[in-house]
Amino acid sequence: MAVADDIDRPTMGEAPGGGSRRRRLHFARIPLHVAVIGLALLWSIPTIALVVSSFRTPEEIAGSGWWNAIKTPFDWTLANYDAVLSQRGLARAFLNSIIITAPASTITILVAAFAAYAFAWMRFPGRNLLLLVLVGLLVVPLQMTLIPVLRLYVALSVDVEVPLLGGKLFGTSSYPGIWLAHGAYGLPFAVYLLRNFFGGLPRDLIEAALLDGATDMQVFFRIVLPLSMPALAALAIFDFLWTWNDLLVALVFLGDPNLAPMTLRIANLVSSFGASYQVLTAAAFVSMAVPLVVFFALQRYFVQGILAGSVKG
Amino acid sequence: MARISFDKVSKLYGSVTALKELSLDIENGEFLVLVGPSGCGKSTALRLLAGLEEVSAGRISIGDRTVNDVNAKDRDLAMVFQSYALYPHMSVYDNIAFGLKIRKVPKPEIAERVAEAARILGIEELLKRKPRQLSGGQRQRVALGRAIVRQPAAFLLDEPLSNLDAKLRVQTRAELAKLHERLGATFIYVTHDQVEAMTMASRIAVLNDGELQQLGTPQELYDAPANLFVAGFIGSPAMNFFGTTVTPAEGGYRIDAAAFKLDLTAAVGLDLREQAGQETVLGIRPEHIHDPAFLPPGVVPAVIETTVDVVEAMGSETFLHLAADGMPFIARVDARSQAKAGQRFGAAFDLSRIYLFDSASKLAVKRLGKPDQSDVGVATPS
Repeated sequence: MAVADDIDRPTMGEAPGGGSRRRRLHFARIPLHVAVIGLALLWSIPTIALVVSSFRTPEEIAGSGWWNAIKTPFDWTLANYDAVLSQRGLARAFLNSIIITAPASTITILVAAFAAYAFAWMRFPGRNLLLLVLVGLLVVPLQMTLIPVLRLYVALSVDVEVPLLGGKLFGTSSYPGIWLAHGAYGLPFAVYLLRNFFGGLPRDLIEAALLDGATDMQVFFRIVLPLSMPALAALAIFDFLWTWNDLLVALVFLGDPNLAPMTLRIANLVSSFGASYQVLTAAAFVSMAVPLVVFFALQRYFVQGILAGSVKG
Repeated sequence: MARISFDKVSKLYGSVTALKELSLDIENGEFLVLVGPSGCGKSTALRLLAGLEEVSAGRISIGDRTVNDVNAKDRDLAMVFQSYALYPHMSVYDNIAFGLKIRKVPKPEIAERVAEAARILGIEELLKRKPRQLSGGQRQRVALGRAIVRQPAAFLLDEPLSNLDAKLRVQTRAELAKLHERLGATFIYVTHDQVEAMTMASRIAVLNDGELQQLGTPQELYDAPANLFVAGFIGSPAMNFFGTTVTPAEGGYRIDAAAFKLDLTAAVGLDLREQAGQETVLGIRPEHIHDPAFLPPGVVPAVIETTVDVVEAMGSETFLHLAADGMPFIARVDARSQAKAGQRFGAAFDLSRIYLFDSASKLAVKRLGKPDQSDVGVATPS
């Protein structure tokens, strides 16, 4: 898109005949655009099917294909959503997903940003070795860690009921426990991504701030973080999606069904209400809605040229 | 404001020596220029002083305080970077005010000091803009403003003009010199451009391969370069060099270059006693080679037969690319010179302005004193 935009934009001081050349280029790109849009549509079909089906009755779903619903007369129903949010305990699961995901992603991003700054801009012995070990952790399969971490959680369990949120203070079936687990699982990639971005900031900027009297903490908060919004936004979206869509970690660390997130509850829907396909589609769409909101909210930070004007090479 | 001194300061990166035992005293209010080719250690010296690199050996002090172990932020120095290093997400005002905000200066005082700095630099209308909305010259001023507003002990400038176009560079050069005078602060300026060094410095330190070659006023470096490197580095176009031997001759010495011979009497002012029979390098600046038809007063001419390769008329003067027996060199002669490419040309060397350097040590042969104005030498074709 960006490329096409650049080409479409008129430029000053254009040579005669430049317009037709640009138009030719524009036409030459039509097959490309058609292909890209076609692929995007193809890719979206299952999602569209899911959304459409979620507005249909069980009889219709069983009786005809989802595309029939797009034809008039429209005979759509909100009954599935009503069922999902009121009857199947999915409202609580939705809330649980938010309770799990928001702090877990915040922990990952916050810790990773501090660590990434240190790896990129602070000098301390063993820096490179530590970074190497951390990046090495990227190849450790999550599944290998489940049993040791679970045993650790059982040993460190704090059996105090947390008011409002529910669950224990720490251990299995506790929110802080799963926050830490998700936070830690996301760290290697997050640190790696942010360190590379921070390290790419112009050295002169950091040094200028240091000479202006800033401490490392001030450089981090006032220079590095504001300039790293694209990377932080990207990371926030990734990490939010991973945590939101996670089933395995929740399955292992949250024994209490009252604490279970959407993913767990939807998976249970499949097994216990195997025939209730229509409820499943509505639940899946509710589960998709939040990541979409997060994505569109952070999308505006994906802007190029945030560093423009800082240094001239 | 304070005196700054380097005491046998060295910097090693692994096994590479970037700076070798630099000793340098910078007086309060001085405009000191560190000049040399890339990789000579000049930027390293500045970064060591700023506290951006750690000293490997030696001592750096600001005033009475040794600052080897003092953090960059506590050294009270301001630096202007070659890249300007403006904070892109802040307005010009916030860029300039950043150092004051960090130091928790009261807001009204910040506003006052930023306004004053903006007035000095003529950037009052730009205060609300972002760096990306500024031209190169404006960014450079903002970078200067960020330094001025802090009222630091000294200003460190790392090639601040190298990103400006030629015309703006000349203009900014003059403005910087004016600014220095106005602020009365110590400026330490790093550049590879000897013209910047010559035009702005109160003193110049020439560095090469991490070693200090010579420290002196621009005129001292021009008139009496300590060695072959300084002689070749200071001055534009660079000094011409010829490999020669010195032999005692009747009434003085004979300097034998492959292409020509010069007979020097003692009056030329060079102490050649130790050079007799030695390999030496003869140096003469292009501006001290004249067209015999337009000799300025006071010149002690010795005419060398040459052929003209290229004539570059600049209007105010003419550069002649000459060759004496295949040996190329440049002369900067009077604009009225009639020399034509391909023709023979008698180049008049001003013998009172020649330099000799020892081939082995590369050091300049000492001068005995001012040469007198009588006819002290004759050239003979070889």
